[in-house]
Amino acid sequence: MASSTQHGSGSEVNYINEFKGIGSWFTSLDHKRIGLLYMCSIFFFFLLGGIFALLIRLELFKPGAQLFTPDQYNQIMTYHGAIMVFMVIVPGIPAILGNFFLPLQIGAKDVAFPRLNLASWYIFMAGALIAMSTLFLGKVDTGWTFYTPYSIKTGTAATVMVLAAFVMGMSSILTGLNFIVTTHKLRAPGMTMHRIPLFVWSLYSTAILQVLATPVLAITLLLLAVERTTGVGIFDPKLGGDPVLFQHFFWFYSHPAVYIMILPAMGIVSETIAAFSRKTIFGYTAIAYSSLGIAAVSFFVWGHHMFVSGQSEIAGVVFSFLTMLVGVPTAIKMFNWLATLYKGNISFEAPMLYALGFLFLFAIGGVTGIMLAVMATDVHFHDTYFVVAHFHYVMVGGTLMAIMGGMYYWFPKMFGKMYNEGLARLTFLFIFIGFNVTFFPQFILGAMGMPRRYFDYIPAYHSLNAISTMGSWLIAIGFFLGLYVFVQGIRKGPKASQNPWGAKTLEWQTSSPPPHFNFDVEPTVNAGPYEYK
Amino acid sequence: MGSHNNHSGGNHSHHIIPKEIYTRVMWALIVCTLLTVGFHYLFHNVMHGSVLAAPVAFIIAAFKAALVLMFFMGLKYDKPDNRLIFATGFFFLALLFIISVLDIYTRIAETSTL
Amino acid sequence: MRGLMSTSNHSHGGAHVAHHFRDAEHQFDSAKQGIWLFMVTEILMFGGLFVGYAIFHTIYPQMFSEGASHLDWRLGFVNTLVLIASSYTMAMSIHHLQKNEKDQAVTKLWITVLCGVIFMVIKAFEYKAKFDHGLLPGHLLNVEHAHAVHANLGMYYGFYFCMTGLHGLHVLIGMGLIIWLAIRAKRGDFGADYFTPVEGVGIFWHIVDLIWIFLFPLLYLVG
Repeated sequence: MASSTQHGSGSEVNYINEFKGIGSWFTSLDHKRIGLLYMCSIFFFFLLGGIFALLIRLELFKPGAQLFTPDQYNQIMTYHGAIMVFMVIVPGIPAILGNFFLPLQIGAKDVAFPRLNLASWYIFMAGALIAMSTLFLGKVDTGWTFYTPYSIKTGTAATVMVLAAFVMGMSSILTGLNFIVTTHKLRAPGMTMHRIPLFVWSLYSTAILQVLATPVLAITLLLLAVERTTGVGIFDPKLGGDPVLFQHFFWFYSHPAVYIMILPAMGIVSETIAAFSRKTIFGYTAIAYSSLGIAAVSFFVWGHHMFVSGQSEIAGVVFSFLTMLVGVPTAIKMFNWLATLYKGNISFEAPMLYALGFLFLFAIGGVTGIMLAVMATDVHFHDTYFVVAHFHYVMVGGTLMAIMGGMYYWFPKMFGKMYNEGLARLTFLFIFIGFNVTFFPQFILGAMGMPRRYFDYIPAYHSLNAISTMGSWLIAIGFFLGLYVFVQGIRKGPKASQNPWGAKTLEWQTSSPPPHFNFDVEPTVNAGPYEYK
Repeated sequence: MGSHNNHSGGNHSHHIIPKEIYTRVMWALIVCTLLTVGFHYLFHNVMHGSVLAAPVAFIIAAFKAALVLMFFMGLKYDKPDNRLIFATGFFFLALLFIISVLDIYTRIAETSTL
Repeated sequence: MRGLMSTSNHSHGGAHVAHHFRDAEHQFDSAKQGIWLFMVTEILMFGGLFVGYAIFHTIYPQMFSEGASHLDWRLGFVNTLVLIASSYTMAMSIHHLQKNEKDQAVTKLWITVLCGVIFMVIKAFEYKAKFDHGLLPGHLLNVEHAHAVHANLGMYYGFYFCMTGLHGLHVLIGMGLIIWLAIRAKRGDFGADYFTPVEGVGIFWHIVDLIWIFLFPLLYLVG
């Protein structure tokens, strides 16, 4: 990448061509370059996790064994989940786009701790390598959730995978810590907390979750490793321990982690909807504080993963009620986005298409989430494909759509080139249609009672599963096309102007791509981020 | 940010906590530790067990922790942001504790209707 | 490449101000906030262990009582005093630096390291005694040799070794950091206008002390 972009931009000095050689990328403390390091690694892991997803769908194309043994299927499912969660969507938006644009959007020269930022990338890569090493050390078949007591008993490389998740958790904590301090301390003159862009608000809320929730995952995973090596019995019912306590500890992290995945996506949507409606965002304060609200509420709802795990009925009732509260700040955001669109001067470039796709899919994901929050319906839907469809509508339909949209939105700023708009719209079409073809049938399958995580199913579920598998191919085409648009745009795209979308946030006030220290003159802010008219 | 820019120039004007305060805090901590052990002896060897043993030990520990936080770690003289950050940590720890315990202690006494 | 690595420029007279901070004060505040956030993660990580301990302690009070009876509270008591002393010297070293009293600061830092060594040596003797009696976590527990009454006594020692082990690891890391500080302080890197690393490591060292303040009654006395 370094070599290909040095040509063309001529005499202009920017963060890409200022320092040369591959080594200058691996030692760079520039938040923009670190963002691109994350981009390359996360794209690679996404490819890997995606291949595992396609294999899952291939196995489920027809009833009966197709390609794999049941044990292999369990492993593939585990790797799909673990890679997509720990290496793609948890770090995804904050580490790539957050790293790149958080300082730019608040008018800072860098994040607060640049060395720590680079260290986070190395720690992340170390964790990822450890995780990948399990492929050669006996593989893992616990699912990404490592539920006890099975994770204690399984003879696979679960201990190594657990340590990998621990290491990647550290990276996540350090990124979050860095972002919180950056947001507090490095804002440009005049950039008050009520003038920071909504993407920054969402990253800030996410960072709080990363710092507060991840340590509990760390200790849980350590205890699990100890449990596996010495059998202390804390989580093992046979030894007087409590496997449900593991789930409490695990979901104390992993439910907020769901919001670590979705909150930054919401931030991107706020940016793109305002930019492509050419209109001041409706309810800035409401959207900003609903991010914090979601972050706070997310800590009170983890027990809805455990309605049928044997937690007490009282705890279940409490969690069922609290879970519905999540709907409030989320709906506030939805309504504000819709109100922003209303009477806006809307244009349908690829980032906007992805944002609108997000609204549609996230609404479905969110509303089915409320259905699952009701304890009585959850007993029926729990561990069926209904749940699988629900969280894919949120995680893929929400987060991945937003990542794609965000990448296209900021592409001109990141690389100083324009991507091919027509092809980019085509990627949206493939991914959006493919996604619905893949996952909508899974709602129906789940309601019909098809259990998740199984390697096989009864013939009655065949036709819907076949449709679902075919949809997965459309998604794959969409993402590969997206990769092509990306590479082609970087190599051959026409030069982008400073502000091709006419957006108002600070990152568009500097050149594309930005210089090493982001702004030639430190910006002074005297208005909100979305003053369009 | 600009809100804390009252120390203009590069020189620090940090609050220097006097030596005497540190010394006094250290002695207070030592006395508290002795108290802990003393109460332990009283409850354990004289009264042969008491429901008060644990609460007393932890109240003293909490007091000691507060001393360390406020003076050695200087939170008493620090910015409100940092006090808030630290309090948040304890709040969420309490949350983990309360809800896990709520589940476990309402679970065992309960008989399912199914 | 070298240009990228060095983030310092020499503005505002402070030799250590990185390019993205306004002045030394700004940098100090930011670093300190980062440290406090890191402390929150430490509290929550150890907190998870405390929550687990509290829950199982109330479920199996007798078993925990048996486990604690094998611990020598006097050793825990001495270690508590050692850590309090080390916290004091750590705080004092910052006090001296703020007054530009370099030599006293260096001495205080080395005394802090020495306290850490004493703590770890005592800890090592305790661990050795446990190993000798087969008082080990989980299925490593030698039930006959330890004369264990409760079958799952290994759980208590699981908590004991996890908590003290993780704490001990923090002590070792802290000692390493303080040695690094002492060397730098001797070299004259720190003074009234720049002592951020000492402040940060100090806060870390105090949190290690703080956790031990709770571990001592929890493991040695209340069991």
